[in-house]
Amino acid sequence: MENKNWKAWLYLLPAIAFLGVFMVYPLADVLVYSFEEGYNSASQTFFGTGLYNYSYVLHDPYFLQAVKNTFILVIITVPVSTGIALLISLGLNSIRRLRELYQTVFFLPYVTNTLAVGLVFMILFKKTPYSDGMVNLLINWFGGESVDFIDGPYWAKMFVMCFYTVWVVMPFKILILTSALASVRQDYYNAAKIDGTSKWRIFTRITLPMISPMIFYLIITGFIGAFKAYSDEVALFGTDLNAAGMNTIVGYVYDMLYGDSGGYPSYASAAALILFAIVFTITVINLLISRKNVHY
Amino acid sequence: MKVVLDHLTKKFPSRNKKGDTVTAVSDFCFEVPDGSLIGLLGPSGCGKSTALNLICGLEKPTSGRIFFGDDDVTNLPPENRGVGLVFQNYALYPHLTVRQNILFPLQNLKGKDRLSKAEMLKKADEAAKLVQIEQLMDRKPSEMSGGQQQRVAIARALVKLPRVLLLDEPLSNLDARLRLQTREEIRRIQRDTGITTIFVTHDQEEAMSISDLIVVMKAGVVQQIGRPQEVYDDPANLFVAKFLGTPPINVFEGRVAGGKLFLGEDEVLRVAGVDDQPVWAGVRPEGFIPQEAGPLCCSLAGVEVMGRDTSVVSSHPAAENVSIRSIITAEHRIDKDAETVRFALKPNKVFLFRRDSEERIPFEAV
Repeated sequence: MENKNWKAWLYLLPAIAFLGVFMVYPLADVLVYSFEEGYNSASQTFFGTGLYNYSYVLHDPYFLQAVKNTFILVIITVPVSTGIALLISLGLNSIRRLRELYQTVFFLPYVTNTLAVGLVFMILFKKTPYSDGMVNLLINWFGGESVDFIDGPYWAKMFVMCFYTVWVVMPFKILILTSALASVRQDYYNAAKIDGTSKWRIFTRITLPMISPMIFYLIITGFIGAFKAYSDEVALFGTDLNAAGMNTIVGYVYDMLYGDSGGYPSYASAAALILFAIVFTITVINLLISRKNVHY
Repeated sequence: MKVVLDHLTKKFPSRNKKGDTVTAVSDFCFEVPDGSLIGLLGPSGCGKSTALNLICGLEKPTSGRIFFGDDDVTNLPPENRGVGLVFQNYALYPHLTVRQNILFPLQNLKGKDRLSKAEMLKKADEAAKLVQIEQLMDRKPSEMSGGQQQRVAIARALVKLPRVLLLDEPLSNLDARLRLQTREEIRRIQRDTGITTIFVTHDQEEAMSISDLIVVMKAGVVQQIGRPQEVYDDPANLFVAKFLGTPPINVFEGRVAGGKLFLGEDEVLRVAGVDDQPVWAGVRPEGFIPQEAGPLCCSLAGVEVMGRDTSVVSSHPAAENVSIRSIITAEHRIDKDAETVRFALKPNKVFLFRRDSEERIPFEAV
């Protein structure tokens, strides 16, 4: 056995070396930085080790705002996007004509550039001295007051952010769920039909369990993706997210590294590790829940 | 429950988009006697599964009617027909246990038909007992063999006491040994419950062995209906004769002239009441009697002794296939090294068919 193993390691060496240099080492470094107080990347010096960085980050109002924003984003967009994607997939699965056309249309946002989409959203939502934006036009049409979605109240900005995120993540979910639904064998539905199963019961007792692994996959990746949200917010609110009050955890990490107030890799590392802890916890909770409800 | 199929026809739109149709089942008339076991038999694509789907209601007939007893069920949806269907690949819900699978049809019942929980469990247990899977009730389908899954599928179809039980290729996913065992089992379950049962198969042996009546289909058209032995002994046409029997019937290009049947140059049989014409002559493998001076002269290719019987492989210039396979009883000795073997034919094992229509030509052996 021992003799044969070195060959296996040899073949794995390129991958291990690559992952080691570009993943394991930086990850370990982040962990180290997060405990080094006052680390300066130019001079490579620090003046102590401890939990001060964590304490600073956790007491930073900008960070707390970012955590709040991220959590709201996650809690709203993951269920909403998965739910709507499921409805659309069910619809797509039950039509024959024009199905391919609709599939293409629903998939378009996936291949569209984030910043381009952000620009379109600006046109839809932004209030300028010349126009109130398309959405406000509609609101006025129905007799409502114009709302500034980009620079206005927190809830309006949060609405745009969630709307945008849902819209951007949906195509992939539709793609996955449509193929998952198509892979459920017709026999199960025929068997249920002969036994007089109601539509709702077919959905809850047959369709959902059958595609549960895919739904679970989408929820986990959806959570992780939403926790890592950043570029979408930049596309909507510009780079100074703290000023807009719409920063996310990843945005905070970025600001701490490179932003105008940046140059603090230690704080950034601590924030990144806190994010990691949050994502890890949520994923473990997801796995525990799934054990009961997901059928492979 | 008697099942009556009255001029049942099903046409599907053709794939070539010209508005053509493909007739899957054509003018199917049949009265299934109450409590019988029927085998729908035919090669792939002959419309037997479509016929089954019409009976259970998954497909709507293009024309014709279906009656269960005196009820016209033609336009009833499947759930109101009271049928149980066992799918070829069982279609057991993989995420449910055996018990949950069997309970599933009962849990669908609503209103006054709805049973209490205890009654449901009792019925599920009864169904499980009938197919002898009581000890497997808490397993998932993936933890069982094909034969066991098959039984669960039957139990699930039987649990709501259907008026008619339908089985689609019930044995084709089982290995050879299990197949023998399971077909006996299906026969037993059918006898025990007395439920009118129709099953589809492409395996003639399977259909012959357990059916009360077999229906032979080809290209959507029923070829013959009858007791298995009757159909075997008295095939309506060349297709039926070829389809039934292992080893298959041996077909010769023959001709009838002056009341005599010629296979090639050999005058093999006197047949009265047949006009002079070219014919297909079918001879069952057991219809050959080795005789020193027998009229049919074949070149011997091999002799396979199988204990009880001997299988003789030979060839003849008029035969449709390269080799003729005949089964003779072990008391006839065949010299393995001989060049030729001569046979006399048993008249009741010889069938004549028209060259053109392949319909059977009756004759009297003289």
